[in-house]
Amino acid sequence: MSNKPFAANSLYLLGFVVLFGLVPILKTTNYQMLLAAHVLVWGLFAVSFNMLFGVTGMLSFGQALYYGMGAYSVGLCVKYLGSAWFFPGMLLGLVLSILFSWLLGHLIIRVSGVFFTMLTLAFGQLGWQVMFKWYSFTGGDDGIQNIIPPGLFANKVAYYYLVLALVGVSIWFLGRLNSSPMGLILRCVRQNPERVRFLGRRVRRNQQRIYCISALFSALAGALMSGVDYSIHTDMFYWTTSGHVILMSILGGIGQFFGPLVGAAVIVTIEDVVGAFTEYWSLIIGSVMLVMVLGLPRGLMGEIAHLRVRFANRPAKLQTRLGEELK
Amino acid sequence: MDLSFFFVQLISGLTMATFLFLIASGLTLIFGVGKVFNFAHGSFFMLGAYVGYQMSSVWGQNFWLSLVAGGLFAGVLGMVAEFFFLRRIYGRADEGGFQILLTYSFILILDDLVKLVWGTEYKSLAKPESLRGALSFFGIVVPTYNVAVIGIGLFVVIAAWWLLNKTKAGRIARASALDREMLAVLGVNVPMTMTLVFGIATALSGMTGVLAAPLRSVTPGAGIEVIIDSLIVVVLGGLGNFWGAWLAALLIGEVNSFAIVFVPKWATLFSYLVMALTLVFKPEGLFAPRKVRRV
Repeated sequence: MSNKPFAANSLYLLGFVVLFGLVPILKTTNYQMLLAAHVLVWGLFAVSFNMLFGVTGMLSFGQALYYGMGAYSVGLCVKYLGSAWFFPGMLLGLVLSILFSWLLGHLIIRVSGVFFTMLTLAFGQLGWQVMFKWYSFTGGDDGIQNIIPPGLFANKVAYYYLVLALVGVSIWFLGRLNSSPMGLILRCVRQNPERVRFLGRRVRRNQQRIYCISALFSALAGALMSGVDYSIHTDMFYWTTSGHVILMSILGGIGQFFGPLVGAAVIVTIEDVVGAFTEYWSLIIGSVMLVMVLGLPRGLMGEIAHLRVRFANRPAKLQTRLGEELK
Repeated sequence: MDLSFFFVQLISGLTMATFLFLIASGLTLIFGVGKVFNFAHGSFFMLGAYVGYQMSSVWGQNFWLSLVAGGLFAGVLGMVAEFFFLRRIYGRADEGGFQILLTYSFILILDDLVKLVWGTEYKSLAKPESLRGALSFFGIVVPTYNVAVIGIGLFVVIAAWWLLNKTKAGRIARASALDREMLAVLGVNVPMTMTLVFGIATALSGMTGVLAAPLRSVTPGAGIEVIIDSLIVVVLGGLGNFWGAWLAALLIGEVNSFAIVFVPKWATLFSYLVMALTLVFKPEGLFAPRKVRRV
């Protein structure tokens, strides 16, 4: 994970916001705007996931729990209390995600490595089963439809800009966090937790914090998604949703802050194209994942950054190679 | 509660425990020997069940042949997966994460391949002719098949224990868990050992799939359910503790079996509940003497 000064990253972020801000202005169809909104929301979800995996080294397979929590807080509020409760529902989702992640974090951060991953998966599936089987309250696998944001935001373009603003601010915040002292500690936790402890920093407390922060932004992504699609489904809690966000991060590059965002854009596009002519979507996803893990573990952005370093420092090539070997 | 009903539930819980244990032991074996976590272990279970179904529906109704075929197929596929894919990421930084991601891609690919070949409808496999009907112990009637499964489970456990502890191959497997370099210096083909162990474990999983097929329907999504349940068993048993996993499987099997009677709709939540409670009070696992390394 690069730790360049945040100013450089801010420039990328600005470009990103301007680019997506142009989408409704340029002659695009509603469908293209919907796709752009999907990229934004999945991008936020993927970047917040990557704060756990790429930065801290905690591979969570249960972020769908918080994503679904955000979506269902909005959906259930609108279903039972009316459209005006859209934004209070969103707030509720954020509060709930913090609460749950704080409680669950205490349980699952006790174990590390693959067992951490599997526990997050297990609790994620627990959430899915509850939502799936509590038919009388959640509507089970019928999902919830007609979640229309209130007032001004019932307009698709207005809602799109709201999504863009919230995603932009969130990613800016996460980027700040990433290059803050806390971000540095998190990267140390990934590389050498014992050393972090020697240096007088608490490993588990930092893991717990980033777990909660990641949950918070995952919930925000879920809540935003409910207003983009006007409908939600228990699949948002299902483990494949977590898998989806993992794939986006890997594809884009977990070592790059903006990698997952690029991954989200690529996956949403592929999904749109491939989904048109085959239902065997997970076969495609699985194969892409296989190739990425075996062949391009740095991800698209990571490989580009790697190539750039290699071509920029041709004379220093030997040094780079030495550095690689030392790693 | 009626006594005979109680026993039937008890036996059904024991049967489930046997399945869970057979899968969890394969998972534990690979993890113990090669430090590999096979997230796709449940998919080999599912694949075994499908191959067994195919065997019995097309090539004749012989259940035992299906059992062998399911096991063999899963075993060979497991070795192929280890030899061509998993082997490439050994020793990479963050290996654990990449193992999970790689085996996760296996799950996705196998799930869809199964859908391509067999479709999405539920398949079912008939019990073998000789094990239909019921046995009666002192007036309590229990299904023969379940008793046979429990017997097979016990046999496999004892055989595995004997193989690991009393044979040369077992000593090599255990040694490669401890010191691979030394083992290689002594002239053992360590990578091949790993491939074989992986094959044995996935074969076990595939066979379990065939065994379970007459009792639970065969579906494309079975893999993930199974992996989560057996993971719960591994965690409860205390990460890599063979006998702990056995006791944990018993506990989860019985909890599930009786929960189905009282709260059928929410029965599946109970195993998670047991796990959550365990993590609160004894994070190192119910039956583990050693502590989990806390980071």
